[in-house]
Amino acid sequence: MATRHLFIELQTLNRRAKLKIIFAKFQCLCIIPALVGVDKKTCIQFCLCTFQEEMVIRPLYSGDIYASFQFRTQWDTDFLHDGKKVSHYRLFPKSLGQVLSKFSVRELHISFTQGYWRTMQWGQPFIPSPPGAELWVWFHHTVTDVDGNWKELTNVLSGIFCASLNFIDSTNTVEPSASFKPLGLGNATDHRFLRYATLPREIVCTENLTPWKKLLPCGSKAGLAVLMKSEKLFHSSFHSQAVHIRPVCKDWQCTSTAWELRQTLNVVFDLYTSGQGKKEWSLFKMFSRTLTEACPLASSSKIYVDVTDNPGGELFDLSPSSPLISTAVVLGDRRTYSVYDLTKKETFGQLRSLNLLLRWKGENDMLRPPLHAERYVSGFGLQKGEIHTCLYNSHPYRAYPVLLLDSLPWYLRLYVHTLTVTSKTRENKPSYIHYQPSKDRLRPHLLEMLVQLPPHSVTEVTVQFERALLKWTEYTPDPNHGFYIGSSVISALVPSIVAMDTNSTRDRPLFSSFFPTKEESSYFMRVYTEPLLVNLPTPDFSMPYNVICLTCTVVAVGYGSFYNLLTRTFQVDEPSAPLAKRLANIIRRLRGVPLL
Amino acid sequence: MGLLSDPNRRKAITSLTLSVLPDVVCYLAGIAWFMGLAFEPFTLRTYMSENAMGSTMVEERFPSGERALATAREFAAHKKKVGGMPVDWLVKTMRAQGLEVFTQSFSRNLPFPDESKERFVVRGTNVYGILRAPRAPRTEALVLSAPCSPGNSNNQAVGLLLGLAQYFRSQIYWAKDIIFLVNEHDLIGVQAWLEGYHHTNITGMGYTPLQGRAGSIQAALSLELNSDVVTSLDLVLEGLNGQLPNLDLANLFHAFCQKLGILCTIQGKLQRSDWDTVEGYTHSAQTMLLMVLKQASGRPWGEHGLFLRYHIEAASIRGVNSFRQYKTDATSIGRLFEGMVRKLNNLLERLHQSYFFYLMPSLTRFVSIGYYMPAFGLLTTILLLRALDLWVHLGTPTPVTEDGVGEGESPSSPGLLSVLTPVVISHLTGVALYTLPVLSQEMAVEHFPVSETEAVVLTAIAIYTAGLALPHNTHRLISGEGTEQGWRVLKLVALLYLAVLLGCTALINFSLGFILAVTLVPAAACVTPHVPKALSAVAMVLLSPGCTILYCVFLFQELQEVPVSLAEGWMLFLSVISQGILDHALYGSLVYPLLALLVYPCWLLFWNILFWK
Repeated sequence: MATRHLFIELQTLNRRAKLKIIFAKFQCLCIIPALVGVDKKTCIQFCLCTFQEEMVIRPLYSGDIYASFQFRTQWDTDFLHDGKKVSHYRLFPKSLGQVLSKFSVRELHISFTQGYWRTMQWGQPFIPSPPGAELWVWFHHTVTDVDGNWKELTNVLSGIFCASLNFIDSTNTVEPSASFKPLGLGNATDHRFLRYATLPREIVCTENLTPWKKLLPCGSKAGLAVLMKSEKLFHSSFHSQAVHIRPVCKDWQCTSTAWELRQTLNVVFDLYTSGQGKKEWSLFKMFSRTLTEACPLASSSKIYVDVTDNPGGELFDLSPSSPLISTAVVLGDRRTYSVYDLTKKETFGQLRSLNLLLRWKGENDMLRPPLHAERYVSGFGLQKGEIHTCLYNSHPYRAYPVLLLDSLPWYLRLYVHTLTVTSKTRENKPSYIHYQPSKDRLRPHLLEMLVQLPPHSVTEVTVQFERALLKWTEYTPDPNHGFYIGSSVISALVPSIVAMDTNSTRDRPLFSSFFPTKEESSYFMRVYTEPLLVNLPTPDFSMPYNVICLTCTVVAVGYGSFYNLLTRTFQVDEPSAPLAKRLANIIRRLRGVPLL
Repeated sequence: MGLLSDPNRRKAITSLTLSVLPDVVCYLAGIAWFMGLAFEPFTLRTYMSENAMGSTMVEERFPSGERALATAREFAAHKKKVGGMPVDWLVKTMRAQGLEVFTQSFSRNLPFPDESKERFVVRGTNVYGILRAPRAPRTEALVLSAPCSPGNSNNQAVGLLLGLAQYFRSQIYWAKDIIFLVNEHDLIGVQAWLEGYHHTNITGMGYTPLQGRAGSIQAALSLELNSDVVTSLDLVLEGLNGQLPNLDLANLFHAFCQKLGILCTIQGKLQRSDWDTVEGYTHSAQTMLLMVLKQASGRPWGEHGLFLRYHIEAASIRGVNSFRQYKTDATSIGRLFEGMVRKLNNLLERLHQSYFFYLMPSLTRFVSIGYYMPAFGLLTTILLLRALDLWVHLGTPTPVTEDGVGEGESPSSPGLLSVLTPVVISHLTGVALYTLPVLSQEMAVEHFPVSETEAVVLTAIAIYTAGLALPHNTHRLISGEGTEQGWRVLKLVALLYLAVLLGCTALINFSLGFILAVTLVPAAACVTPHVPKALSAVAMVLLSPGCTILYCVFLFQELQEVPVSLAEGWMLFLSVISQGILDHALYGSLVYPLLALLVYPCWLLFWNILFWK
């Protein structure tokens, strides 16, 4: 019933989008402080919701361009503690709010990604995600039937996002013990309330983008979201969209909690296919749109362009230039950004439209990311194999520990005694290993370990496996394509070059405030390896199979008679009975008495 | 089964089946069946089985053949300057095209010098660039490879490869990553790269680990091109140990040759339309026999051959430039590759719909396993019938002769030793044939005025010939005279052994099994101690596995229309043996161990029976 209601909600959402904007303006007037004349701080306390939108453009050394959108809605209500039913929604999407309260969700992270983030070419993304779909949820500690809630939740989300999340079941769900800590308030440590699942095969396309866009207060009608035209977003090297919901501090004193919804969209445009090889980018070229206004409901609406490597303008030209410069500590590095504030009229200039233009002039060296990883299957044949995970620490002198999480389906039978971890040709003993063996057709393998990566080294984790023979109904419709194995997750606290900002309440750009930082000397980083495609022994489902059966039958019959001929001894039968006796027997049979 | 239970009829049937007549009929029928496979009405037309490659349309637009040839000239100049593989230039060029470029260096010490290619200690570098497909998670890949050959050959292939890389990079439709591989030292380089990619080491190769990968490789195409324009393109399918790629790959090549109007050949032979004439039939028979001989050799006949071990469907495409008028330029060849790669890119599953076991009398016709296996089956039936005959004879009690009475051993049960001894001794000879040639090369070089390669080959031939003296040695070990029953039991064992051996070989590599069966079966069927010794001995030697190789060398040359004289043929024979041993050591070809460890000892058993005392 709830699902159906949500569907209707979805359908009507688009129609109501414009209406909603008008209503929201009346209800939450204070988001345009100038109109009301109160300062922003009192406004946030008075009002129950704020909406911020932001886009970061980072020119990459490969000539490609990385655009990252973040939309943040904060709602100062708590429908978990009070027990009251919340039915009054404004900026926060009702479809998600209902899901949160019904299933007692504490934190929810869902991402849909098409493509693999090329760490070696592109550096680090602001919010990493694995290829396919990823979902991890912390439930509230009052939940008694976590698995039941999880099952229902995945089905509901499947409807909301038009994705195959309903394929998440016990065979691909794990409870990681250390890798996925809550990103929001509260330090829950009982991983019984955590569920993590990936669907590496999920294809992400416009049908997933549309419901995602409809969760935005302005839809794709105004603000930065007008740039999201699917024909351009999917004409790229990488596309990732995500929804993150978590409880955060309401204000700087952190007296009460609020809900934060972050919708992020990351996209990388390719120099050779989208840019036709010319090192020249503009908003229009990337998105086939220019910007004319901010979302009227947004309290802030900004575009950041990374100009760190371009202090004197020798690397690229940026026009129109912006007088606003801001610095932020992102991913362990201090970066400088040109800021374009869309709420200010002068940003749009005379033409009343903003079309950022970026023209490359020079070449730059590639920056080595401090941590990256790759994974592959070695060996040949369909019986055994070995999974190699290589972790590269390119920090010149610092060793640091990483958490490696591997969730493998049951049909790869792991030989855990073959698990080896080597760095610099020496054995590297993990200080923590959590292994949960699989159960056939019930649950996957879960392998988590804490490995210390020596400086400037490659650490190789190998484990052998045997490929199981499935039952014939368990094969996918395209069994010869192979079976997908989800990405490994590597979570690390990487030593930072500059001091990290630990004050979480200070006003910072959204892209730099997603992962909470606890200490100044290191920052959190998550890396996903590529998924694997593993071929399992596949029977020939087509005609030859029948032919073999038929041939076997014929051979069996032929062999049977031959065997008979070779082994049986034959005796001469006694000659047939005389005529009189046969006649007598016929008569006796007619009479029904025993024969002679 | 009334027919079989009647003792009189049964006796008649048994005597008929166990007489010589069915043997002769089976043998002739087997040969006739095999030769009939090349006759067009008996074969099937090829057809595309894979849906993803059949109905989907692709448009070929590769425009820059001329630029590819210019790149080829530049590559040639750099190759000449460096005196080998211009690694730095290749890395720079590929990187400028927007590929992720990696290198791999490798080294390999050959067991003995390879005289045909003049190499002993091989060191080289492979360069490969990966085109990452947009929005693909690095799970699937296709490989396009071209060898960097010594001298002036194959420059155009590398040029075209780079041209294709540049063109492919600007396209949006890729769903699989594409790996462009330029390898040094032809097959050794490919072997090193494949072992590095799959992180295996089966041949003792030394290589540096690969830095970049692209998931599981679905298909590979290898390119060999020596001239700016070509007359025709030749498709090479035969791989290591007689493995063949899926037939759909051949169909794909043929389909695009038809579409683009490029002359295409297989075994270097064009298709003929006059199948009903004698010439037409001979032509397709020659094509098929060439394929059989190549497949039987078990060597990789192109770079693609090594991919097949890893379950990667692969084929080599070789440009041929002859003196005909009809020419195809580099743009068309580029378009052919573009079309093939795009269709392979469309694949949703690995190529598996079509046949893996087939023979091709021409590019449009194929013989599937169901059609060619009866030919082999007919030949092995002879062995089974002979075995049955011996079994029946051994089972019926022979009247005890006066000589037999009073001997310690019962004539009906020959000692296990009399059978086991020849079996063990002949296999030990096989082991010697397998191990000694490579091991004793240094000693041979010291004592005789020969090179290492000659030493290996001549040692092999010497051990092979020495094995002929085996019967004397065997008899010295067995006390007393061999009995009549003794050789029968030995022959029964040898016949069944040969039947199993050939059967298994034919399942893996039909051609090898069939060729061995054609020569070994008559020898095995006819041999008894009671035939005239000298004549039979000559016949046995002529039908031995070693001589089979010699015939195959001559036949191959004849079919390729480059007949050789006896002396040249002998030299070729010697080089074929050394190549066979090298193939085993370098790529893991199984023909040499099969012949040395199993087939030759089996033949020695029959040789033993001939000289049974």
